[in-house]
Amino acid sequence: MDMMRPMPLPPMTEESASKDASVPIALSVRGLQAGYGAAPVLKGVSLDVREMTVTAIIGPSGCGKSTLIRCLNRMHEAIPGATCEGEILLGGRNALDMDPVVLRREVGMVFQRPNPFPTMTIAQNVAAGLVLNGVRDRAVLAETVEKSLRRAALWDEVKDKLDAPGVGLSGGQQQRLCIARALAVEPSILLLDEPCSALDPIATGRIEELLLEIKHQLTVVIVTHNMQQAARVSEYTVFMLMGEMVEYGQTRKMFTQPADKRTEDYITGRFG
Amino acid sequence: MNQEHYARRKRLNAVMFALTAVCAAVASGTLLAVLAYIAWKGASSLSWAFLTNLPKPVGETGGGIANAIVGSAKVVGLAGLLGIPVGVLGGVYLAEYGRGRYAFAVRYAADVMNGVPSIVVGLFAYALIVHPMKKFSALSGSVALAFIMVPIVLRNTEEFLRLVPGTIREAALALGVPRWKVTLFVILPTAGRGILTGALLALARVAGETAPLIFTAFGNRFSDNGWLNPIATLPHTIYTYAISPYEDWHNQAWAAALILMLFVLLVNVTARVWLRPSSGTSH
Repeated sequence: MDMMRPMPLPPMTEESASKDASVPIALSVRGLQAGYGAAPVLKGVSLDVREMTVTAIIGPSGCGKSTLIRCLNRMHEAIPGATCEGEILLGGRNALDMDPVVLRREVGMVFQRPNPFPTMTIAQNVAAGLVLNGVRDRAVLAETVEKSLRRAALWDEVKDKLDAPGVGLSGGQQQRLCIARALAVEPSILLLDEPCSALDPIATGRIEELLLEIKHQLTVVIVTHNMQQAARVSEYTVFMLMGEMVEYGQTRKMFTQPADKRTEDYITGRFG
Repeated sequence: MNQEHYARRKRLNAVMFALTAVCAAVASGTLLAVLAYIAWKGASSLSWAFLTNLPKPVGETGGGIANAIVGSAKVVGLAGLLGIPVGVLGGVYLAEYGRGRYAFAVRYAADVMNGVPSIVVGLFAYALIVHPMKKFSALSGSVALAFIMVPIVLRNTEEFLRLVPGTIREAALALGVPRWKVTLFVILPTAGRGILTGALLALARVAGETAPLIFTAFGNRFSDNGWLNPIATLPHTIYTYAISPYEDWHNQAWAAALILMLFVLLVNVTARVWLRPSSGTSH
């Protein structure tokens, strides 16, 4: 049961540590172990996510980065046989002890493939989280729809066709619609699980721009396959390998002077 | 030698191809033949009066099947009200929550129910309702038809719910929406078209059932008799008239068969057109 004990954070360089002290922590993961059935995927991960920053999680396929991010709002549990142990501290509470429904309003999520609700219009998609949780006031809903679409940098493209089906938009627009939908419930943390893997470079660029914009309003954690993307959008990077966190630190630092040999090998394309 | 072999293979191919084409024609031709024959035999007796009049007393010619049309609508309508909700909710359970032995048993039972002869279902409804109430009734006919509908609607609902991508479910859950609301307001509407289509097809299927109605709805030569009295239905009227010794009734049976056929066809076509996704929502 040694694995159950919270693990110490990997060492941070002096430069990042001094800067970090000023940034409050939005989320602390301590000794997180997760898997499917008997197969462990995460073997004890600990990290602190800083408020109002973008934290990128990188690593080769199967390293557990998607499992990690899916644990943070407990979507991991939606899979039959999934297990999750450890601590995810969020404002003093352990997310793993919270009602997942309440937790997910606090910690929103955007998925790999754009998944707007097929029966709903653009406006209905954005308002879905509020409507399904009982908000009926039309003025509030209309205001939320516009605000969320603006935050997701989609308003100008769809303001004249809010009543058109959400699935009629292009792939990149659909993904921004999904971001707007997630933002509409006002989460304090937004998780993105490889949000650009199904998009072309132009659509990807637009999403990256909007991430740089919304990080002033909330904390962003993004899983990405694309190291350039991690370098472009994130302040902090987590490098995962075979279910363990190898290195965690400021992105600039990690991409220029990685502390661990394995990080260097991955970043320079020697494997993965 | 080789050439000869090739020629033989070509001949065999042509023969087999022709055989498959003939079989396909037989399969689809049957429907057309049945339709054409019924239309030919039934059209001559079909008139507005036939649709709106009650049957004449035995021995007199003329009269209509208004009571059977209304009766079929009532019996099938109530069967739908009873059977569709049970089938849909059961299907929701199987698709969204159904794991383990209980779900396996339900699924298996539904599949077996689909194969149970409809006259056996009629007997069951007789034992369940007619016998205790000591009376044939529209209600018992509806219950018998509902029993036939439930497994059809249930399995169809489950299939269509399973077609809803898991990503849609995840998207809704990730918004902090309780599971039951996700199922009811996101997943069900997404599969709604398919579920409705299945329900309509099940209605069309039981509208033509005769055997379960023989000792439940029983038949009646008079008009509206409430829910707790014997009632006329189209398939049962066709059956009664067809085995009667009267020429006039035979002709009326053909006409009634035509009406029933057209109704079933109409529902089928409506359901198929409905199922086809409109251009706006497809991708």
